[in-house]
Amino acid sequence: MPEVPYDEAEVPVPPEAVPTEPGTPEAGTPEAAAPEASAGSHVDADWRRVSPKYVVVEVIGSIIGEAILVGAMLVVHFVFGQQWALWVAIAAAVLGIVSIAFEPRRVRSIAYRLREDDLVFRRGIMYQRQVAVPYGRMQLVDITRGPLARAMGLADLKFVTAAAATAVTVPGLPAEEADRLRDELVALAETRRAGL
Amino acid sequence: MSESDRDRGAAAPAAARRATDLADGEWHRLHPASPLLRGGLALIAIIGFVIANLRERLVEMFLPVFAPDLGGEVDREFSDWQGDWANDPIGGIVLNGLVGWALLAVVLVLAGIVGGFWLSWRMHSFRITGEAVEVRSGILFRSHRSARLDRIQGINVQRPLFARLFGAAKLELSVAGQSGDVQLSYLGSTLADSLRADILRLASGARAAKAAGVRPDSAADVAAIADAAAAGEPVADGVPGHALDEASAAGKGRVSELVGRRVGEFMAPELDPELAPPESVVHIPLGRVIGSTLLGGAMIWTVILVGVLAAGIFTQQWWVLFSFVPALIGLVSYAWSRITKSLRYSIAGTPDGVRIGHGLLSTGNQTIPPGRVHAIEATQWLLWRPFGWWTVRVNVAGQSISAGSDAAQRTLVLPVGTADDVRRVLDLLVPGSAIALADVIGAGLTGRGTDGGFRPAPRRSAWLHPLSWRRIGWIEQDGIAAIRRGVLLRGLVVVPLARLQSVAIQRGPVRRMLRLASLRLHTVTGPVTATLPAVDAIDAEQAFESVAREAVERAALDTSDHWGAAHA
Repeated sequence: MPEVPYDEAEVPVPPEAVPTEPGTPEAGTPEAAAPEASAGSHVDADWRRVSPKYVVVEVIGSIIGEAILVGAMLVVHFVFGQQWALWVAIAAAVLGIVSIAFEPRRVRSIAYRLREDDLVFRRGIMYQRQVAVPYGRMQLVDITRGPLARAMGLADLKFVTAAAATAVTVPGLPAEEADRLRDELVALAETRRAGL
Repeated sequence: MSESDRDRGAAAPAAARRATDLADGEWHRLHPASPLLRGGLALIAIIGFVIANLRERLVEMFLPVFAPDLGGEVDREFSDWQGDWANDPIGGIVLNGLVGWALLAVVLVLAGIVGGFWLSWRMHSFRITGEAVEVRSGILFRSHRSARLDRIQGINVQRPLFARLFGAAKLELSVAGQSGDVQLSYLGSTLADSLRADILRLASGARAAKAAGVRPDSAADVAAIADAAAAGEPVADGVPGHALDEASAAGKGRVSELVGRRVGEFMAPELDPELAPPESVVHIPLGRVIGSTLLGGAMIWTVILVGVLAAGIFTQQWWVLFSFVPALIGLVSYAWSRITKSLRYSIAGTPDGVRIGHGLLSTGNQTIPPGRVHAIEATQWLLWRPFGWWTVRVNVAGQSISAGSDAAQRTLVLPVGTADDVRRVLDLLVPGSAIALADVIGAGLTGRGTDGGFRPAPRRSAWLHPLSWRRIGWIEQDGIAAIRRGVLLRGLVVVPLARLQSVAIQRGPVRRMLRLASLRLHTVTGPVTATLPAVDAIDAEQAFESVAREAVERAALDTSDHWGAAHA
């Protein structure tokens, strides 16, 4: 992936219109985000998006799930002669296609932002969720890579606190970006260590 | 154990600041009766089972002695299968002349059990250092657990009925994380209390200050008590709760004294009056315990049950009666355990945290060190409202939501109490915020709308919460966030922002249409979920920002987990 450093002061992009080409996640690296360097080198001026390639992972995942469900229903219909199974299969297929059509939009809605003292994460178009986690609350950072994501060179980064409900998982980060973010978060947590 | 007790008097000057000699960083052993107490019930059950199964033979053996006339008849009756090994091993043994071997086997088994107990006692040891509490146990499979002192979330002293008879107690250290308990079971009853004081003192961070020759203010009371305890017998005998460990007490010819002491321990209040300022203790009258249980959630089930039973009797469907017997037993035992556990309830603030004692037969008391409470909720359901009763639960780290009744008991801080009791309990649990909370609590428990400075949910939230929308509201001040909600089940959630893990806004399609959002404050897992169900969308954004900022600031300022060192 190309390293595209750009000066954010010159390119004021509203959150909705952040370009989603592959270079974007790297664009917000601390080295690149010069204007914030004095306040704290890690601070993001804007939301960072996950890699657009994550859409492919999501779509293929949904297609596999859909195919299994629809296939099973069709087997029930044709082999066992159950009429209702056909309707279930059709409904599942339609819903699946609609949800796949919204997939790019949904992936675009996933965004995170490193602020002075906390990480803000948001996602969702129908059901929106926005979480702020202070760095000092971090118990561990977990990087997981599924087979599909690995093929695309992506990784999921999970930020674990003492509260199970926090559930902040940033999916679809380019692998080296995930590693870098992990190191950064660990370093930040170290300087802001708090008790439980 | 016994050595340390004997040493106690002699070592008093040296250990003036310590309640016991156990917290010296050396390995110590537990109460000698520990294996028996831990495996005791099982052993009794096995003996009972054997006796029950041999009852007929025993009757036959002893019957001739007491009623010689019947002997012949019984002999005739059993003569058919005497000597049959499968049906009657004892008869077989006697007939085949194996009595000696059988007795030898019994002796060997008993020796094996005793030896095993002794070995497991030998191998079970613990050590308390300035850093951690460590426990080593196991004969074949050794285990070594260690709990870091600064991660201790609570200390419980449990006294199950069986152990109480032996004057023993179990010390449980809960640390953050699932099933992370470190148990010292069992210790002498009084020793457990003093050891708790020692561990808390070490954990408080007061140690460093003491080494420098400064006695921190907050630890002064503990040290004074430690002095008293270390001074040994004269003081200990004066206070009923301070009866000595029986290892030293079980001198010959002092049986009556021992019994008296045991009775004294049994009757003594679960909270040591020396340690607890009595004015802060909440008292729950017996009537309220029983009344609140009868009017509690189980009440609905009782009504349904009685209705079904009545219908069954009315329609002469007798099988209904039998099928509901288990449910009835369950209900009665639930009510019974709730009542006995709520009896003799006490709560008090000590320098080392909030101490909660409870229980009638099996007793327990729990210490929550300062800065370990992550969320507090006071709730009141419809039937309790005429009486003004509330119950208070807390979230503390290391206790899961689904765990057994033990854990449920630990998160229940006030089983039933009035609004004033709730106020006192909250003052204890959130120290240093009494002024901030004073207005909030009253308005939060029963108020609605803008009472007490609460920011209410807008009128349009009535679409989602037709009954409770007037109640829904939140307030954030002085490092405390409070959420007020519910009408049928009134609730007030208080979250110290210094403990907040994260904060989230959620908006579903319906809420977005109504320009509403829900706000959730994430704390460690427990019975309390701090969710504000409806709030104006713009307010929610502001609350999100201010709570997130405040959480970081408060966490940075918070030093309550080293409560002793803070004063040095």
